[in-house]
Amino acid sequence: MPSQTDTEPAIRFDNVEKRFGDNVVLHDLNFSVAKGDRVTLIGPSGSGKTTILRLVMTLEEANGGYIYVDGEPLTHEERGGKRVELKEKHKNEVRKRIGMVFQQFNLFPNMTVMENLIEAPVHVLKMSKADAIEKAKGLLEKVGLSDKADAHPLELSGGQQQRVAVARALAMDPEILLLDEVTSALDPEIVGEVLNILRDVANETDITMLIVTHEMQFARDVSNRVLMFDGGKIVEESDPETMFTSPKEQRTRDFLSAVLGNN
Amino acid sequence: MGDNFDALIGALPMVGEGVWITVQLTIGGALLALVIAVALGLLARFKNVVLRGIARVIIEFFRGTSLVVQLFWFFFVMPQLGIELPAMFVGILALGLNYGAYGAEVVRGSINNVPSGQWEATTALSMSSTQRMWRIIFPQAWALMIPSLTNLLIQLLKGTAIVSFITLTDLTYATDKLRNSTDTFFAYGVSLLIYFLIAYVLTLIMNALEVQAKHKLGRGESLREALSFRTPRSADGKAGIS
Repeated sequence: MPSQTDTEPAIRFDNVEKRFGDNVVLHDLNFSVAKGDRVTLIGPSGSGKTTILRLVMTLEEANGGYIYVDGEPLTHEERGGKRVELKEKHKNEVRKRIGMVFQQFNLFPNMTVMENLIEAPVHVLKMSKADAIEKAKGLLEKVGLSDKADAHPLELSGGQQQRVAVARALAMDPEILLLDEVTSALDPEIVGEVLNILRDVANETDITMLIVTHEMQFARDVSNRVLMFDGGKIVEESDPETMFTSPKEQRTRDFLSAVLGNN
Repeated sequence: MGDNFDALIGALPMVGEGVWITVQLTIGGALLALVIAVALGLLARFKNVVLRGIARVIIEFFRGTSLVVQLFWFFFVMPQLGIELPAMFVGILALGLNYGAYGAEVVRGSINNVPSGQWEATTALSMSSTQRMWRIIFPQAWALMIPSLTNLLIQLLKGTAIVSFITLTDLTYATDKLRNSTDTFFAYGVSLLIYFLIAYVLTLIMNALEVQAKHKLGRGESLREALSFRTPRSADGKAGIS
């Protein structure tokens, strides 16, 4: 008999509202991401895409509504008709299932590449150091940086740092991986090396992915669903083929022609 | 002038003892100040209003009152309340509290200046707030706070000069006595020179700590490289937080 969590979506937004001051970024947002789905969020800047990833990672807190991960409330739950904030301990348990790769890599400069990779597995997941190192070596091999284990992050190129950041997120065995404009800070000629690794991750694992990117070809290759956002609302939603070749909404057509035209 | 040097040699044990007292006060005061600065600096960042409030009151009180008056309180007023404290203990305590209060602001500011991306990465890796602070944020903040802490350390050294008020025979006291057997110009000249030398040694030590801290962040050369005689690289090396 399948447990409840098997039928629950990996991520579900239920009437989520997010404001920064008077600025309403997301209003009554509802959507869900099934387990194993690869969903790309596209849309103009300021449309709330990155805010969605940051809400899932608990880097921002919603002002209203509920976010569920595997059917479990992430930061708030409804109790007797009231929106109640959950304990930090609960948040941290749910958070462990989620990993994130950032635009600016955010590797820890006070640690070597290897130390970056084993830090959380050892101190958060309580993995033995030997096991964590073994696993990190495998991940470094996967991202083609086996020879950089003892390097400091700032000695690496941007593309190499981002590959380490991908490996660091994967070292935690996340069920959900959030990719926030992971190639936006990279020189055009090294964007490919990072995207190829992420393609491999998508092909070889069943990790649920929520992706914000301006790389439309990557979105097309990796995702099975694309959501077009504007003004904090979903304007259009479809498979990537339909979205990129025959979008229904004028707003989507305008956005895509602007983005693809500039490339 | 020759008489002065003879007198100085005669007074060396006394001057030496004065230097020793000054060094003890400086090191003891600095270590206590560092502990207090880190404790108050961290406490002042808490969300909890009560904890934050306690830190703020202590910081503002010891920053806002004179070191001399604090010394007098601990040494002359406390005994009237039945608490008698040895002079050296009082000296270190007052220096530690006073400069610790200043240092707390340095610690707090440096922690807040660690880029937000570092904090976010620790959340994305589900680290606890203790792990986040001690393994990721503080080591990076440490490199940022050393230059300001060096300034405070030099000020603390100079601040020790007032402890003769509470019967301690420090360097200032010793050179004051030296004035009896030499002249004012000579005695205070010796005093200036010794304070400067101590301050210079402290600055060198702190600079070495800074080079080491930056090197740990992958910026700039190692301490060994820095100490070898050759064309220096820029202290910052590659781009990063400056």
